[in-house]
Amino acid sequence: MLRRRIIPCLDVSGGRVVKGVEFVNLRDCGEPVDAALRYAEQGADEICWLNITAGDEAWHKLLAQVADAGTRIDVPLTVGGGVSDEPHVRDLLGAGADKVSINSAALDRPELVAECAERHGSQCIVVAIDARKGPDGTWEAVASGGRRPTGRDAVAWAIEAVERGAGELLVTSMDQDGTQAGYAIDLYTRLLDAVDVPIIASGGASGPGDIADVLEAGVSAALAASIFHDAISTVEEVKDACRARNLPMR
Amino acid sequence: MPQVVIVDYGGGNVRSLTAALERCGADVEVSANPARVATAERLMVAGQGAAGAAMAALAGAGLADAVRAAANRGTPLLGVCVGLQLLFERSEEDDCACLGLIPGAVRRLEGVERLPHLGWNDVLPVAEHPLARELPAVCYFAHSYAVPAETPAAIATTEVDGTGFASVVAHGSVAGAQFHPERSSEAGRQLLIRFLTWEPA
Repeated sequence: MLRRRIIPCLDVSGGRVVKGVEFVNLRDCGEPVDAALRYAEQGADEICWLNITAGDEAWHKLLAQVADAGTRIDVPLTVGGGVSDEPHVRDLLGAGADKVSINSAALDRPELVAECAERHGSQCIVVAIDARKGPDGTWEAVASGGRRPTGRDAVAWAIEAVERGAGELLVTSMDQDGTQAGYAIDLYTRLLDAVDVPIIASGGASGPGDIADVLEAGVSAALAASIFHDAISTVEEVKDACRARNLPMR
Repeated sequence: MPQVVIVDYGGGNVRSLTAALERCGADVEVSANPARVATAERLMVAGQGAAGAAMAALAGAGLADAVRAAANRGTPLLGVCVGLQLLFERSEEDDCACLGLIPGAVRRLEGVERLPHLGWNDVLPVAEHPLARELPAVCYFAHSYAVPAETPAAIATTEVDGTGFASVVAHGSVAGAQFHPERSSEAGRQLLIRFLTWEPA
């Protein structure tokens, strides 16, 4: 039986793991390659590495660190953040990423998803969507780390991204991110009805119970950062809580 | 130290596969040279992406014939993911001819709720084979196409939403894993160790 995945996320800035609340107020949480190895040893089913620093220098540092992590860990590694064209995807896959996530660049130029999927296969192209809930209860896709509203309905964008070749969606609720208020279950329920690729839920975990809740809602994987970085829970404790709810875990 | 050549045709996963083999104590050479590939002691074909593009890249570099020559000499050969799919006669993906080293064809997974089949799943042995000795295990998959479970070469199978497919195949000295051993933690490591010491009859 296909297992649900628990994915610790490393937000990496200036070569260090950082974590903020609702994408601001960043604080240092250590060295990313060490963190990736530690979480893999704890039983993480995948590691997500998001580069949140712009610029060429940060990009070269990212490639070097991904190459280091990629040769030392033995679980899959998804890398994203600042991926703006197909050569970026090629470079990250070549460095050792198993999947690459594309966010703002895909919103700005949706053809990019197809270009990358045709060249590298849908199974390694993740479209990341940051979504913010509006007063009418619908969700808007926001770009540039949450700073740029797009006016685009997040569910409609998810459908288009999959049609263009996204093999997986990594969807973060901006309202929940870093707040530990629980995942935005209503967003994931809508997305699960709308698309037929795996969905990774992100944003809002306060503990194992929230992760079990969103997996029970039907997503393939749950991503979390703070609860692991702050040692609120280990990956194994999260998995035990999920097993207790009869969710299939590795 | 077991020696293994990874065929370099520009596909992905070569670096992580090299590292995983080295962690198992192998002496790894990555080569795009057909003469080297044809005379390898032990051979691996990695893969990521579409079967058609991978076959075109292999053929264009003269590597398809080199892999066939190695297989015909009885060289132990392991294909991974798309590398497994290339070993068969045809793939429904891009409707392309493949290496033809194992009878059978690759098809799109049908009846699966969410594709790609992404994540960790059971690999269950269905035949006695040196490469199946550490099974059952839970391994990491990332694919939408596969060889049907009924394929005679299947030595282990996997099921998703009631659809079965071959997750490890072997035919003479030619074998393949549909999952990624380099990303399947200890279970993947065990398969690689089995391959590095495999002496096909």
